[in-house]
Amino acid sequence: MNLGQFLTVFISSVFIYNVILSRFLGLCSFIAISKETRPALAMSLAVTFVTTTSSLITWLIYQFLLIPLGLTYLRTISFILVIATFVQLVEMFIRKASPPLYRFFGIYLPLITVNCAVFGVAVLNTDMFFVNGKASPGSFYYSVFQGICVGLGYTLAMLLMSAIRERLDFCNVPKSLKEFPLAFIIASIMSLSFMGFNGFRF
Amino acid sequence: MKKLFQEFFKGIIKENPTFVLVLGLCPTLAVSVSLSNGIGMGIAATFVIVGSNIIIALLKNAIPDKIRIPCYIVVIATFVTIAELTMKAYSPALNRALGIYVPLIVVNCIVLGRAEAYASKQSTVNSLFDGIGMGLGFTLALILISGIREFLGAGKLFGHTLIKSFEPIFVIGMPSGALLVIGLLLGFFNLLKERKT
Repeated sequence: MNLGQFLTVFISSVFIYNVILSRFLGLCSFIAISKETRPALAMSLAVTFVTTTSSLITWLIYQFLLIPLGLTYLRTISFILVIATFVQLVEMFIRKASPPLYRFFGIYLPLITVNCAVFGVAVLNTDMFFVNGKASPGSFYYSVFQGICVGLGYTLAMLLMSAIRERLDFCNVPKSLKEFPLAFIIASIMSLSFMGFNGFRF
Repeated sequence: MKKLFQEFFKGIIKENPTFVLVLGLCPTLAVSVSLSNGIGMGIAATFVIVGSNIIIALLKNAIPDKIRIPCYIVVIATFVTIAELTMKAYSPALNRALGIYVPLIVVNCIVLGRAEAYASKQSTVNSLFDGIGMGLGFTLALILISGIREFLGAGKLFGHTLIKSFEPIFVIGMPSGALLVIGLLLGFFNLLKERKT
C-alpha cells in the first residue's frame, strides 16, 4: 500500500476511465437527470455515498463469505441483493432522521438501486483487487477509495453536463436533435476531451 | 394469434428498446466495438429477458406487491448468472471481450423495465413473445451500432477487412465515437419520424 497507488486509482477512475464518459456506467441517469444543476448535484451526492459504502460492504462479503465458502459464482446475485437492500435501508433511515435531506434527494435515492455505476464499481473492485481468488495487500483500502473516486468522477461529469445543458435551453437547435440526441453528442465531445488524460501515467 | 405477432413485432420497431425507449444504453455503447461482441451481448441479453419474463409472469400472483422489485432482481440475477457461466464455459474469448458488462446485464434497465411494465401484468404466453421481440429489437440495434462502429472505426466487419484503401477513423472505435454514433442515429430516427407525420 503506497501513496502512488492511491494517486493512480484517483486519476484513472476520475479522469482516464471516468465511469460515465469512458466506461458508460450510469449513463441512463446521466442523460435523464442532467437537465438542471440542482437535481444533478443531488443525484451525484447520493451516488457517491452509495458507491463508497457499497464497495466497502461488497468487499467484506466477497472476502469473508463468498471466498471461504467457494461461492464466488454467486457474486452477481449476492452483490445486487445487498445493494438493493442497502439502498432501501438508507432511504428509510434518511426519511426518519432528516426530512430536509430526504426532500433534497427526492426520488433519486431509490433510483440508485438500478444505477449501473454502483453495481459496476463493486464488480470492478473484485476484478481488479482480487488476484486468483485472494485479496491483494491493501485491497480493502483501494476498493473503498475507488468507490469514492468513481463517485467523484460521476459528480464531475454530471455537473459539467448539467451546466452545458442549462445553457443549451437558450439555443436554437434542429427539432430532430432536441433532448436525447444532442445530449449524446455533447457527451461525445466531453468524452473526447477526457481522452486527453490518457497520457497521464505514473 | 395476430395479437401474439403484434406483441412480437412491437419490440423490433415501434417500441425498440434502444432507439425509442432509450433504455439499457450502458452495455449497448460499451460492447459495440465489434460486430461479434454486439451479437454476443444481444444473445445473452435476449436470453435473460425471455427467461425472466416467463418466470415473473408465472409468479406474478405469488409475489407480494411491496417487495416485488427485489424479487424481480433475484429472478433476473439468476438468469444472468446462468448466461455468465455458460459463456465462460463455451466461449471464453467472448467472455473476456465483454468483461464486466456480462454481470452488468442484471442492472440493464430493459430487463427490469419489461418485468415491471409488462410481465407482471400479462399472461405467460404474451410475456414470452414480448421478451423475444424486445430481445430481438435490442440485438438488432446492437448489430446496427456495432456494425457502423466496426466498419468506420477499424475498417472491418467480423474481423475481415472489406476495403483495402479505406483509412479507418479511429475515434469511432473509442468511447467518444460510441456516444457520437448513437446520438446521430437517434437524431436520424427522429428525423424519419418527423418526415412521416
